Amino acid sequence: MDLLVDVVGGGLLLFGAAFALIGGIGLIRLPDFYTRIHGAGITDTLGAGLILSGLMFEAGVSIVTIKLLLILLFLWLTSPTATHALANSALETGLKPRLADGEEAASTP
Amino acid sequence: MIFAVAMGAVLVTMGLALVRAAKGPTIFDRILALNMFGTKTVLLIAVMGFLTGRPDYLDLALVYALMNFIGVIGVLRFSKYGHFADPDRKDVA
Amino acid sequence: MKYLIGLMIALTGTWVLWSWHFTTALLSYGLASCVVVLLIARRMRVVDREGAPIDLLPVLVTYLPWLFWEIAKANVDVARIVLHPRMPISPRLIEVRATQKHDLGRVIYANSITLTPGTVTIDTEGDLITVHALTQGAADGVLSGEMDRRVSRLGSQS
Repeated sequence: MDLLVDVVGGGLLLFGAAFALIGGIGLIRLPDFYTRIHGAGITDTLGAGLILSGLMFEAGVSIVTIKLLLILLFLWLTSPTATHALANSALETGLKPRLADGEEAASTP
Repeated sequence: MIFAVAMGAVLVTMGLALVRAAKGPTIFDRILALNMFGTKTVLLIAVMGFLTGRPDYLDLALVYALMNFIGVIGVLRFSKYGHFADPDRKDVA
Repeated sequence: MKYLIGLMIALTGTWVLWSWHFTTALLSYGLASCVVVLLIARRMRVVDREGAPIDLLPVLVTYLPWLFWEIAKANVDVARIVLHPRMPISPRLIEVRATQKHDLGRVIYANSITLTPGTVTIDTEGDLITVHALTQGAADGVLSGEMDRRVSRLGSQS
């Protein structure tokens, strides 16, 4: 049983670390600011989520687990707010996103 | 062992964020990198608490998450207005 | 009144969880600081459905698991694109109408879009939401309007 918990927790932790790393690579590789936001989004959502979930498994049922859950909730509440504030100020400052094939904005009827 | 590997990955990610912060080219790229660096710091502190067997570190992680969020919003406001005053209130500026 | 009580429960709960010491002195400090925060929040007039959305808690139970699953799927998509040698991105801007009646619902919708990798809300004006999507697939996901319908259902149940 302990072994199972360790394996699941460790697996989550490693997957989370991998996603964090992929997000970092995206931050470097993607071509312009608006696309880089999506790269940072990977680390903020699944990277943080999996790492903290892995730690929760390792901690077992204790106050530590609840604290980890609260940190995760807090991160998931604040990260879209910060991201939107950032993207919106970039847009208002006049930074133009680079779009595919110079297409016009599509919209729902 | 696993904790050390995860910590290494987080540290490398923080390094990548620093590279983006140094390269820019716009101020928003730098703030984005800063935000990501901060989130990774929260994770780093949390993992480090487990690595050293001291879960008390989690309290620091939460405080860092709070400061990171407020810091990013603060920097954004500053880069937009050039000061921290409320743009709608003339009596305090 | 119920928002005030809900906020008080949330604040004292947070204090107890993070302190996890049960001496009279620490608990009374906690109670005092919670009351001060409540008074300040009331003076700022933020203790209402928006500031302490406790009626949303029960309906979030069905929404959040769905959102997490969507986030996980979107993460894998974006991760594959980032690691792909040619990086097949086709960024585009789309505009969608939010059908939620209240600002709170729109905030939940816009934040859900941002939280899902591959799509970021970059502007909101009234009920018009401008979204930056990394790929056509991510854009189609928002245009299909499923998330919008689910968030609208949240609001109508509370």
